[in-house]
Amino acid sequence: MGEALYDYALRLGDDSLVLGQRLSEWCGHAPMLEIDLSLANVALDLIGQSTHFLKLAGEAEGKGRDADTLAFHRDVLDFRNCLLVEQPNGDFAQTIARQFLFSNWQELLFRELMHSKLEVIAAIAAKAVKEVTYHTRLANEWMVRLGDGTAESHARVADGLDWMWRFADELFAVDAALETLIGDGIAADMRLFRGEWDIRVDKVLADATLEIPKPRRAATGGRIGHHSEHLGHLLSEMQFLPRAYPGARW
Amino acid sequence: MVVAAPLSQSLRDRAFDVLSRVPDPEIPCVSVVDLGIVRDLREGSPPTLVITPTYTGCPATVVIEASIRAALDGAGLAELTIETTLSPPWTTDWISDDGREKLRAYGIAPPPKGAARSSLRGIVGACPRCGSSDTEEISRFGSTPCKALHRCLACGEPFDLFKCH
Repeated sequence: MGEALYDYALRLGDDSLVLGQRLSEWCGHAPMLEIDLSLANVALDLIGQSTHFLKLAGEAEGKGRDADTLAFHRDVLDFRNCLLVEQPNGDFAQTIARQFLFSNWQELLFRELMHSKLEVIAAIAAKAVKEVTYHTRLANEWMVRLGDGTAESHARVADGLDWMWRFADELFAVDAALETLIGDGIAADMRLFRGEWDIRVDKVLADATLEIPKPRRAATGGRIGHHSEHLGHLLSEMQFLPRAYPGARW
Repeated sequence: MVVAAPLSQSLRDRAFDVLSRVPDPEIPCVSVVDLGIVRDLREGSPPTLVITPTYTGCPATVVIEASIRAALDGAGLAELTIETTLSPPWTTDWISDDGREKLRAYGIAPPPKGAARSSLRGIVGACPRCGSSDTEEISRFGSTPCKALHRCLACGEPFDLFKCH
């Protein structure tokens, strides 16, 4: 139980941490001030979520590692985030396409997790779901604005979506480790809301005059530590300071 | 000194008196009590002050706890321990009437009372300057996680709106 929960809390926490770090790369570079604020705010929410989930992971592991230790002193093979969140930002449209797929999924996930039998997971989800609803709305609105915008914005967001689409199936994949926690009523069964996610995504894409991308061979492996090259580069920047100066305090 | 349970009224009064003067670091016009961050003072030995974070990613959370600790210590209440709870989740309905008035006077449109449930559907913030409800949203995300940017169409003044949550 401790080990399974450790792994699950890492999956939840690493999704938020890695996407939060990715989005923070936009800080000071976004196309408009309002977008800069939006992406920085979303990043902040995600990093807040990861703090709670990684704290839980540390407690489940029982080796005295806190959230910061898990975030900054773990190597790439020990990260359990999905491949979607580690994908590079690309242009603004590609960033929005990634956020669109992820936030719609995370919102449905947290709605389920609010009923987790593990109180701490239920509490984190109940609190965060309100914030994630904002993220979903932001991403959905931008999908429509870009897709139903100019020829260039349409082409860019279609490209971004096409790239991100292959990582969507992994969001719903359930393996043996997860199956046990689902049986215990602790983890959410993502297969239950795949249909609802599809409906949401299809509707926004229709409003955005975008085609649903053609099915592709799904890229998976993040949940067992098989990552794309991008994650290592992200971590090298994120982890540099605490690794170079162990025990550094503000 | 051993503090006997149940909590004496004077200890409770002293603690809340101190806490009502601990400002929110981002919005110093309101105290941690006004915002509903201070949830309970629980009997026991030692007595425990229960606090709750407002937004999951609020970077002020750590500072808030440190300021509460410092204020309690400074008032001779070092024996109180502090516990953080996430459940039930904080909503803007925890902000006191007094706190709402202070926000308005400070130039931040407070969230309407009881609006947390319907927070995402078209909340109209009244302009804290002229009171007009003829306002529009400029940006749903503002200078802190808890605020959105609006503009008054009557007097032309842009203002922060405390997000309903």
